[in-house]
Amino acid sequence: MSTGETHKPPPYMLVWVGLFVLTIMEVFYATLTSIPKIWLAIGLMAMAFLKAYWVAIYYMHLKWEPKRLWLLVSVPIPLIMILIFVVLNEIF
Amino acid sequence: MTTQAMTAGRAPMPGMKVYNLKLGMWIFLLSEVMFFTGLIGSYVILRFAHPEQFAEPGQVLNINLTAFNTFLLICSSVTMVKAYAAIQQGDQQGLKNWLLATIVIGASFVGVQVYEYIALAAEGFVPIAEAYHAVGRHMPHDGPVIGGQLYGSTFYTMTGFHGTHVSIGVLCLCFTYWRAAKGAYTADSLGGVEIMGLYWHFVDLVWIILFTIVYLI
Repeated sequence: MSTGETHKPPPYMLVWVGLFVLTIMEVFYATLTSIPKIWLAIGLMAMAFLKAYWVAIYYMHLKWEPKRLWLLVSVPIPLIMILIFVVLNEIF
Repeated sequence: MTTQAMTAGRAPMPGMKVYNLKLGMWIFLLSEVMFFTGLIGSYVILRFAHPEQFAEPGQVLNINLTAFNTFLLICSSVTMVKAYAAIQQGDQQGLKNWLLATIVIGASFVGVQVYEYIALAAEGFVPIAEAYHAVGRHMPHDGPVIGGQLYGSTFYTMTGFHGTHVSIGVLCLCFTYWRAAKGAYTADSLGGVEIMGLYWHFVDLVWIILFTIVYLI
């Protein structure tokens, strides 16, 4: 985008349909009582991260941004891992 | 204003290869990522450490109402990106129409959240409540006492901060619409619409994660 490169129009409406369908699937999946809690959480988080990924890639246009911006955007990820997993380690 | 002057702030810069406004917005959003990660991280840790203070999904919170609100925010994201696509084609009217749709849907999201807060408060689920009943949808008012202060505090902190972000976003969208109505944006000068879109999509992205963690798990 910023470098003025041309590309096919992003599939905005298709992504919207995907987000809508995944949201319905999430709500339905959350009501399943036969699944162990841990698998329920993993499945729900996987769907949530997929939705977040689509928003970032297509709506925030990260797919067409320079790789250096990707690097910048990925900076908080290890910090998030440290925050969540290392501190969780203190509990267990 | 000359075309050169209008596009000057949007010209690709050496190094990051994105124009300054956008780079600034991305750096701001990264700080927001850490802010919300702090909130979500605290929630996860507190929930693991004190499971007795937290209710099961649907016991206290209205999942269907919030799922509808999630749908609203997703719709507002697509209208925002349509506004950007419109001005990329030089379609001034399209930009204004899609921006207006985004404002209306965003304000509706805030309205539904305020309604949810009022309903929850009426049922006794407030941040300072030491204990409350599983009320409303599944149990009678004299049902078992569940939850504790941590649940209410973390719920209202996370959703409240997000709602504040959405409200600020709606105000910024109104400003963007006002500028669009004055013809401030063109296919060559659309930086303001793009960075507004980045903020709005980020707010949507955060809600996608919050909805799953707070309401469904």
